[in-house]
Amino acid sequence: MKNLLFSFLFLSTLSFSKTIEVCKTCAINSIQNGIDSASDNDTVLVKHGVYFEDSILFGKNIHLIGENHPVIDAQFKGYALIIEAKSFVLQGFKIINIQQSYTKDYSAVRVLNSTNFVIKDNILENVFFGFMIEKSKWGLISNNKISSNAVEEASSGNGVHLWHCQNMRIEGNHVSGLRDGLYFEFVSHSFISGNTSTNNIRYGLHFMFSNHNEYHHNEFNNNGAGVAVMFSKFIKMHHNTFHYNWGTASYGLLLKEIYDADIHHNLFEQNTIGINIDGCTRIKYEHNFFVRNGWAIKFTGGCYANHFMFNNFLYNSFDLSYNSRLNDNTFNFNYWSEYTGYDLDKDGIGDVPYRPIKLFSYIVNQTPETLILLRSLFVDIINFSEKVSPVFTPDNLLDEKPVMKIIND
Amino acid sequence: MIKIEKLNKKFGKLIVLNQLDLEISSGGVFAILGPNGSGKTTLIKSILGMVIPNSGNIYYNGESILKKWKYRKNVNYLPQIANFPANLSVKELISMVKNLRNEPSNEHHLIELFGLTPFLKQKLGNLSGGTKQKVNIVLTFMFDNELIILDEPTTGLDPIALINLKSLINQARKEGKTILITSHIMSFVEEISDEIVFLLDGKIYFKGSINELKTQTNSSSLEIAIANLIKKQYA
Amino acid sequence: MLKILKYSIQDLLRSRWSYVYFIFYLLLGFVLLFLNNNMDKAIITLMNIIIVLTPLIGTIFGVMYYYNSREFTELLLAQPIKRNKIFIGQYIGISLSLTLSLVLGLGIPFVAYGLFKSAIIFDFVLLLIVGAFLNFIFVALSYNISLSTENKIKGFGYAILMWLFMAVIYDGLFLISLVMFNEYPLEKFALAATMFNPIDLSRILILLKLDISALLGYTGAVFKDFFGTSLGLLSSLGVLFVWVILPALNIVRKANKKDF
Repeated sequence: MKNLLFSFLFLSTLSFSKTIEVCKTCAINSIQNGIDSASDNDTVLVKHGVYFEDSILFGKNIHLIGENHPVIDAQFKGYALIIEAKSFVLQGFKIINIQQSYTKDYSAVRVLNSTNFVIKDNILENVFFGFMIEKSKWGLISNNKISSNAVEEASSGNGVHLWHCQNMRIEGNHVSGLRDGLYFEFVSHSFISGNTSTNNIRYGLHFMFSNHNEYHHNEFNNNGAGVAVMFSKFIKMHHNTFHYNWGTASYGLLLKEIYDADIHHNLFEQNTIGINIDGCTRIKYEHNFFVRNGWAIKFTGGCYANHFMFNNFLYNSFDLSYNSRLNDNTFNFNYWSEYTGYDLDKDGIGDVPYRPIKLFSYIVNQTPETLILLRSLFVDIINFSEKVSPVFTPDNLLDEKPVMKIIND
Repeated sequence: MIKIEKLNKKFGKLIVLNQLDLEISSGGVFAILGPNGSGKTTLIKSILGMVIPNSGNIYYNGESILKKWKYRKNVNYLPQIANFPANLSVKELISMVKNLRNEPSNEHHLIELFGLTPFLKQKLGNLSGGTKQKVNIVLTFMFDNELIILDEPTTGLDPIALINLKSLINQARKEGKTILITSHIMSFVEEISDEIVFLLDGKIYFKGSINELKTQTNSSSLEIAIANLIKKQYA
Repeated sequence: MLKILKYSIQDLLRSRWSYVYFIFYLLLGFVLLFLNNNMDKAIITLMNIIIVLTPLIGTIFGVMYYYNSREFTELLLAQPIKRNKIFIGQYIGISLSLTLSLVLGLGIPFVAYGLFKSAIIFDFVLLLIVGAFLNFIFVALSYNISLSTENKIKGFGYAILMWLFMAVIYDGLFLISLVMFNEYPLEKFALAATMFNPIDLSRILILLKLDISALLGYTGAVFKDFFGTSLGLLSSLGVLFVWVILPALNIVRKANKKDF
């Protein structure tokens, strides 16, 4: 009878999930012990406190929940958490002090081969890498705050680092002070939205070989080199803002070897280069705002079928710089604040085409120091004479139908 | 009162004053005469500090006046051509000069004397040459100072104004003031001046009383005496 | 000197030219604001205009005032007033009244449009500072020219040439030399060359506001230090100040030597 009762209780623990509490004064006073004593579908509830633990391991499908942001201090001894569970929840922790390394990618949380997981509401401070997610699918990473104080590229890591992942959602995270805020390599069918990535020393967002992804409503400010998007196909980027990326090799957005992308309703404001387009094909740019950038658009490699429509170019030092052949890239129905033409037939479209390339932009390409003569009356005069009879700038690079008023939809 | 030593002034290549020495004692009317371009105005302007000599020195009451300006408090100057700011009225001009000099003045008496009351509110640009010269005289004589310099004071004056001017000069002499005058009107000079300073080729050619001049040149009148002096230059 | 200053300003306030200048800026301000309906755009346009136009107007005014007030100056010279004070008083008088026209002419439309509630007030203040500097500099330069040229027509010609040189020709030569020697390191040369032209200096101040994103795209370290820190702003303002002081001192020097 006793045996029967015992076996019943034992069975019940298998079929019903239970909650295990961890606190400094509890029977279980370390997170690792809590996890070890849990089974699949259990919840490990960690109470507020400071836990000096590193390399916490788990492969069980559990919910690891922090109450009032308990602190996991890894004391610069490698990883804080290494998770190899198929399905898990990690929520509400504050993870600090991850070791820097030149050989290993130590991160606050490392996830391997997971197929269904949630990481949310965590705070990561003073980390090397933040979340390192490898070979995983169907994960949600949301509302985390990741910050660090990276100084140089070689000794710093990325905030959210995804490698070989699919069907991910990265939402509402704040990342600052790392190398790359968000980093994706071989990631597909994912949505990145509502994130803020600022003051990272390299890129706010950096992705390569990542097809069929959608990036929207994100904000990228003050990053060392802005946002870099490379070697990817079928990308959608919309409603993002790219601000204040200043510097020699700094862009709002760098597009390199991108095919079939839609870039619309983004705001590029006060970047050294709004969009640097290098070897990109079949890309539509629509309804974007380019405001007071050094160069709104810079073409650097062989680009084909880039179509710009309904964009606003406002007070950029240069609207366009082109140092390759024109190919079949087009500009139509854009608003250019520098346009001085007229609209006699009142159809809202200027009667004279607009030339977005000025002679001076060509000169600056050849001799960068001449930049210091920007806005000189002499420069205006030579620009004007070039406009009247183009010699150096491609004479077929025109917006044939410049719009007379700012496009606001 | 004024002592000039080895004064030199060139305008470009033209030598206007050449090692000029001159001493003018206190009190009396001194006529500075000479042919056109002999340097009369340059000499006067040097004394006023408007022309800066190339070398030499000018002393006023024993002190060098070069690069100084305070001594001008004691000098009243009537410029040769009365060029006034055209958009000021007579009244504004007078009050401006009063304000600048900040000394007691008796302009009311002079304005009445020269019949300028109806012109007080007129712009200087609209006045005739003679009227401007009257304003010029008022500005010069309204302050009570020991040295008065008059450059061609008779230009454009009607006979009544001329009589008034002479009486002003005579009165100043009576008060013991020193008056320097340049003029081409010999009768005027003969009538009022105590001493003649004759300039030729940038130098003092003669300095003395009218009678001395007449004797020296064997002439019966001042006009002929001066003519004789000038002839020598052309000879 | 204050008396001279007062009379110069009074004299200028009587002349219709200061009103023409004032009304010109007033109209410019209103037209730009109410056509564009956008203070940002209006101020950018104004910055472009001001670095060319204020020097031109300052130059013309300086020369005109000097030659037109020669009688007044001669009258003053016979008075017990120090020469320096006469000329410096007149110089400051013109520069101040021009600056007043500029500040009021542009200030009224912008204030009416709600300047004080807008974030661009700093840009606007910078604009006025640059404008004031250019007034003081170009009036001084044109005074220098007219003091050394007796002939009015010639003086006018030289002054306009000086403006043309500073506003256009200098930059042309500058650009050509940069392009010709583009294999050499040119950064320091480029910065030095701007220092020798007050219009270029003011342009730099405007660039720092409007085009900082482009300026920081240049690779060189010297530019980066200059434009990336407050060094650019402070040294440009400092050198502009020198550009006021030196010609003004030269006015004194020239005036003390000149015969009237």
